[in-house]
Amino acid sequence: MATEAHAAEGATGYIIHHLTPLSVGEGFWTLHLDTLFFSAALGGLFIWFFKRAADKATAGVPGLAQNFVEMLIEFVDTQVKDSFHGKSELICPLALTIFCWVFLWNFMDLFPVDILPAIGSMMGLTYLRVVPSTDLNATFAMSISVFCLIIFYSIKVKGPWGFAKELMFQPFGPWLLPFNLLLKVVEEIAKPISLALRLFGNLYAGELIFILIALLPWFIQPVLSFPWAIFHILIITLQAFIFMVLTIVYLSMAHEDH
Amino acid sequence: MSINATLIGQMITFALLVWFTMKYIWPPLFQSLEERKKKIADGLAAAEKGQHEMELAEKKALGVLRNAKEQSADIVTMAQKRANEIVEESKTVAKQEGDRLLTAAKAQIDQELQQAKEGLRKEVSTLAIKAAEQILSAEIDEGKHQEIVSKISNQLG
Repeated sequence: MATEAHAAEGATGYIIHHLTPLSVGEGFWTLHLDTLFFSAALGGLFIWFFKRAADKATAGVPGLAQNFVEMLIEFVDTQVKDSFHGKSELICPLALTIFCWVFLWNFMDLFPVDILPAIGSMMGLTYLRVVPSTDLNATFAMSISVFCLIIFYSIKVKGPWGFAKELMFQPFGPWLLPFNLLLKVVEEIAKPISLALRLFGNLYAGELIFILIALLPWFIQPVLSFPWAIFHILIITLQAFIFMVLTIVYLSMAHEDH
Repeated sequence: MSINATLIGQMITFALLVWFTMKYIWPPLFQSLEERKKKIADGLAAAEKGQHEMELAEKKALGVLRNAKEQSADIVTMAQKRANEIVEESKTVAKQEGDRLLTAAKAQIDQELQQAKEGLRKEVSTLAIKAAEQILSAEIDEGKHQEIVSKISNQLG
């Protein structure tokens, strides 16, 4: 299924082409336009759908869209109530946004790998990588934001000194202060990194397998891509769910005062 | 695969999305959910209350019904008693009236009998006198009789 231009470069070229983002700029100031565009568009879709439901929301008999949205709201609310015992205006909307946005990012993976790049190339775009979660920038942007919130709430709830004490004196007491500090810092830093890399790794690998399947002869493709797509429906939901739940758990840990 | 300014753009988008969700999406939806929860709870409570009230009303109605039955039974008994009384009374009255009528009739009969007797007596005496006159006129003998009459007159005197 490789396009004419890249047929000469063989399978490797095809894969590389599919995983190269459409970018402008140099060095650090490079922007992945496809990631920015698709994630913003999907975010807009999420906002549009939910805002519409929220505007029409009644306490009476809900419509189909409201029912669906309320199901998600209740689902997120249950998750938050299960692990978060404090009171926060932010955490529920944050969890909802993360779940829906990540799910929509991941959902882009289920579009046939060539269809959007083909449309893009018709519009004169050389590269187009449609799944935002296969971009480390997207996943890290989210996990670093969450990390900032963790630090913010840790300091807000425990106070600067309380947070510092937790970093220095736990888990082994004041006599092992440097060791404690090292352990705690690694623990904290590991949170955003694991969040971002888990999502990125799963989706990148999933997309790669779709691309590999697309390289096979056409009569084998459905046999492989159909079950993989079905399986992927599970994966994309699961990854969105994991990101959300871990965010809630990390934030509730930040709220807990020892 | 490099980290670059896209990260910043994504963070801004994320922050905007979270802000928007927090401000405009979560509160109304959650509120409507809470309201519905309350509505349902209220409805259930009202239904329970209604049922309770219905049970009370049923009990009350049963009581009223029983009272009414008792009353009606009383009324029927009283009416029967009264009817019996009336029948008895009228029987007595009728008997009295009958007796009275009978007595009156008897009295009248007696009276009439008396009158008849009187009449008859008068007639008999008249007839007897007439017969006696006849006999007397046929067999009169003035001298003899004069003697008798004078004898009686003598006896009277």
